Amino acid sequence: MQGLIERAKELLADGTVAQVLGWRKGDMGYDPEPAYFKSEEELKDFVYDAFCGANLSKYMIEAAKLEGKTLVFLKPCDTYSFNQLIKEHRVDRDKTYIIGVGCQGTLKPEKIREAGIKGIETVTIDGDTLKFDTIYGAKEMPFADALLERCKVCKGKKHMVYDELIGAAEDEEAGPVGNRFEEVEKLEAMSPEERFAFWQEQLSKCIRCNACRNVCPACSCRKCVFDSNQYDTSQKANAATFEEQMFHIIRAFHVAGRCTDCGECSRVCPQGIPLHLLNRKFIKDIDSFYGEYQAGADTDSRGPLTNFTFEDVEPSIVQTRGGGH
Amino acid sequence: MQVENTEFRPKIVAFCCNWCSYAGADLAGSSRLAYPADVKIIRVPCSCRVNPMFILRAFQRGADGVILCGCHPGDCHYTTGNYYARRRMTLLFSMLDYLGVENGRTRVEWVSAAEGVKFSTTMNEFVAKIHELGENVRLEDLRCKG
Amino acid sequence: MQRIGVFVCHCGTNIAATVDVKRVVEAAAKEPGVVHAEDYQYMCSEAGQLKIREAIEQKHLTGIVVCSCSPRMHENTFRQAAKRAGINPYMVEIANIREHCSWIHKDIEEATEKAVILARAAIAKVMLNAPLTPGTSQVVKRALVIGGGIAGIQTALDIADAGYEVDIVEKTPSIGGRMSQLDKTFPTLDCSACILTPKMVEAAAHEKITIYTYSEVEKVSGFVGDFHVDIRKKARSVDMSKCTGCGVCQEKCPSRKTPNEFNRGLNTRSAIYTPFAQAIPNVPVIDREHCTKFKTGKCGVCAKVCQAGAIDYDQQDEIITVDYGAIVVATGFDTIKLDKYDEYAYNQSPDVITSLELERIMNAAGPTKGHLERMSDHKPPKSMVFIQCVGSRCADKRGKSYCSKICCMYTAKHAMLIRDKYPDVDVTVFYIDVRTPGKNFDEFYRRAVEEYGVHYIKGQVGKVAPQGDKLLVQAADLLDNKQIRMETDMVVLATAIEPNPDVRKIATMLTASIDTNNFLTESHAKLRPVESPTAGIFLSGVCQGPKDIPETVAQAGAAAVKVVGLLAKDHLVTNPCTAKADPIFCNGCSTCEKVCPYGAISYEDQLVNDHGIRETRRVAVVNSALCQGCGACTVACPSGAMDLQGFSNRQILAEVDAICR
Repeated sequence: MQGLIERAKELLADGTVAQVLGWRKGDMGYDPEPAYFKSEEELKDFVYDAFCGANLSKYMIEAAKLEGKTLVFLKPCDTYSFNQLIKEHRVDRDKTYIIGVGCQGTLKPEKIREAGIKGIETVTIDGDTLKFDTIYGAKEMPFADALLERCKVCKGKKHMVYDELIGAAEDEEAGPVGNRFEEVEKLEAMSPEERFAFWQEQLSKCIRCNACRNVCPACSCRKCVFDSNQYDTSQKANAATFEEQMFHIIRAFHVAGRCTDCGECSRVCPQGIPLHLLNRKFIKDIDSFYGEYQAGADTDSRGPLTNFTFEDVEPSIVQTRGGGH
Repeated sequence: MQVENTEFRPKIVAFCCNWCSYAGADLAGSSRLAYPADVKIIRVPCSCRVNPMFILRAFQRGADGVILCGCHPGDCHYTTGNYYARRRMTLLFSMLDYLGVENGRTRVEWVSAAEGVKFSTTMNEFVAKIHELGENVRLEDLRCKG
Repeated sequence: MQRIGVFVCHCGTNIAATVDVKRVVEAAAKEPGVVHAEDYQYMCSEAGQLKIREAIEQKHLTGIVVCSCSPRMHENTFRQAAKRAGINPYMVEIANIREHCSWIHKDIEEATEKAVILARAAIAKVMLNAPLTPGTSQVVKRALVIGGGIAGIQTALDIADAGYEVDIVEKTPSIGGRMSQLDKTFPTLDCSACILTPKMVEAAAHEKITIYTYSEVEKVSGFVGDFHVDIRKKARSVDMSKCTGCGVCQEKCPSRKTPNEFNRGLNTRSAIYTPFAQAIPNVPVIDREHCTKFKTGKCGVCAKVCQAGAIDYDQQDEIITVDYGAIVVATGFDTIKLDKYDEYAYNQSPDVITSLELERIMNAAGPTKGHLERMSDHKPPKSMVFIQCVGSRCADKRGKSYCSKICCMYTAKHAMLIRDKYPDVDVTVFYIDVRTPGKNFDEFYRRAVEEYGVHYIKGQVGKVAPQGDKLLVQAADLLDNKQIRMETDMVVLATAIEPNPDVRKIATMLTASIDTNNFLTESHAKLRPVESPTAGIFLSGVCQGPKDIPETVAQAGAAAVKVVGLLAKDHLVTNPCTAKADPIFCNGCSTCEKVCPYGAISYEDQLVNDHGIRETRRVAVVNSALCQGCGACTVACPSGAMDLQGFSNRQILAEVDAICR
């Protein structure tokens, strides 16, 4: 982390960048938040550890409007989002200085609480173990147990776009870990009634806070269609269960083929709805119907929904493929 | 005491592209090839004009089935529209299926201007399927009932 | 505030017999925004249109809904009526209560209810209509004719005579098509070549006509008035500017084993060849697949004997791009393959032939120099059997459901010619029906029976079996109700015709619709028989349906007139229902551009005032002259910034809501 701060100071000092986008220490040690740093002084609050789950690439849309270049720290996963935003002309690569940072997985503070660890004063990551000083004394738990759902599978430790790498993993070239479609497959194997019940329960928890929309790097519309009078769909509060379904189906559809599977939607959902399972379903379908496609792996390929082949499957496959997909 | 008529009269929305399927429906009409009156056609220039939003909206407002008809792949008046529609609808239908909505409520069929018979047969089949599935209760907005 | 008028048409009894129009009027009148509703016998009539006009003027209507037949029928009529009454023609919506309602439902209650709902949907839509103004687009004053048979030649000549440039693209090495393979033509028995060749020469010599033979259409883009076509000129391996057409190369070519397509494979040809003596252009091509030089590198005889030095083994295919205002499809036909008709022994005996093969045998330039003889032993036949409807009017999947139309007449012709030239040959024709509707057609057929003594037997042939050097024919005589077994020397099959197999590829390139039999669909079966539903595409000859030569020539002329009518215009009025991006909502993400088939979308930096925030943004801009209004972009756009005028999101949603109410 110190290396990141030193490098940021240098780049600020020599005028390469005008500001730094990173994470600032929170009050508790496990709640850092995205922040701009304009000076050496401000950088003393900079932090980078496994609690820095926030994907900073979406902030670069607004950063493009600032004076001068912005230094941004991107984890491997975040670089896919940034690439996708380049493809969509939403960020300015020329006004961006990217330092790729290593990542060993990001953590979910709720899981620590669920493990019964409370009154935390400091947190240290010691290899495979999380060590806590709490008001009740020292506690620890395995690192892996506090991982965010999205990080249990990992699409790889390689950065798709960067100006320099600091502290990147030694296994940079290592491929994906785990089967990211496992949960989707479980749902697919259920009966339609069970699936309906599952989603009904999940989506009815939605309070339409729009956190998923606001954090999602693919949901980067200046104005959301759900705030548009062109569809008569603009509403803020939920009035009937279907509206949540419609919102989430359309949201998932609008990011289909563009979603890099960064998992931010599920990370920020205050209701704990596994929203990434909607996106992963689209990704899985796209992979199986149209060939494997990873959004954000490049900046110039045609996305699956702006492309076609003459031999594409017919929509009737949904009826004919049978259970288990 | 008044006995309520409980016969299920499905609401079915059919989006038809102007160049092939709408003309196919016209041909079914001029050939007097009957299909149930439950089917109401909305004319769109091309199958690629149909936004998933329209389909969900129909269900929200109480439709029991939605069918999209376009030119056969390769025959699109606009060259490529139906190819995009095909991908969009495949993914949307798969998602609805994943959410536990009966997958027979949505359908895409390619009907050319010369296929009046196919149009009529398709609609008869689709209405029969909707009768089999019964009323749409999973995708509707309760406030729109009545 | 919109003031809507609703006009419900009885269409005589077409609508009124199944839809209670009065109730539709009553229901429509109650809809919000509707200030006027009435019904009338025939809304499309002068009197009906006058009613619309009066209502618009008296009630100050801003938009109208006509509940009538399909908008594909009279939308334009009512738009023009609205325009004459002083409102924008795009403030008109049609509720299709005839084709989509009265004609397919029997129950009045049900049909009326549906008509009311369709009317409501149209009212809901028109409430959101906005006045639209069409733009204009240019017309390239040049036409393309695909196919150089009699249909293509005649169309090209008629267009050229009207003063416009025409290009003919022909796949084979010469123009002439099927007609050049025929011997005589019915019902006047003039020699096919004698009437066709002058037309071929005229086309070749016409200053307005350019002929690309041995060429194919590779790619088509653009739209009516401004098509861009890539034409592949296949390598002829002979320099057209040097060749004198002397024919020495063909005489000397040592590779002579290739089946002669022009003679339907009844004999062979050299690897360097012109398909027939009167070929235009009279320049041979090298069939690279069968040429020894191309196969092994050794030979080169043709280059050695060519005094003009025209042989060019290194010639490459060339692709040229030409712009056209109109395209005529004249791709013609072929006979069906007979693989599925084993009962006629076509593949077993060389003495069982198709009618087109018989044309070549009867032709003086054919494989037998015009002598009627069996292909097995070259002996003259003493008896011949003609079988009608082989693959035509076929109930099963083996053949075609339609009547090929020309077979009855050409069989009468064949029978008559044979009996005339070889009176000792006994000729029997087996038929299902003899169909002779045409000027002097039935007289012609009767002459065959009455004057030439051709035996016509109503009944189908069940089996043809080779037996020694004879053919055994088993058939049923339906009129005498008996089984027939007869020996004969030759059997001629009136093989069904089908559209040229390449037409599907061409139709796809042109986005012209095609039916299940691969015939191109006309815009209206009765009223627009030579136009494809795709604007700027016209149909000539058998590609649209089975036809004989006089009909083909008539249709070719009709197609030419339609083309000339189009090319004569200085500009075309474009469809104003084009896409439009809202700069406030647009992300400038370039997604819409990727799905636009016309390249109509570009991006520019615009100063946008978004509720007080003034900033320069990259936003999509639609070129309305290029946009054809498909709407692909509107769905690709995640923010809903892109909308389609005339079919806007709100309009379609309003229709959905009205239907699901």
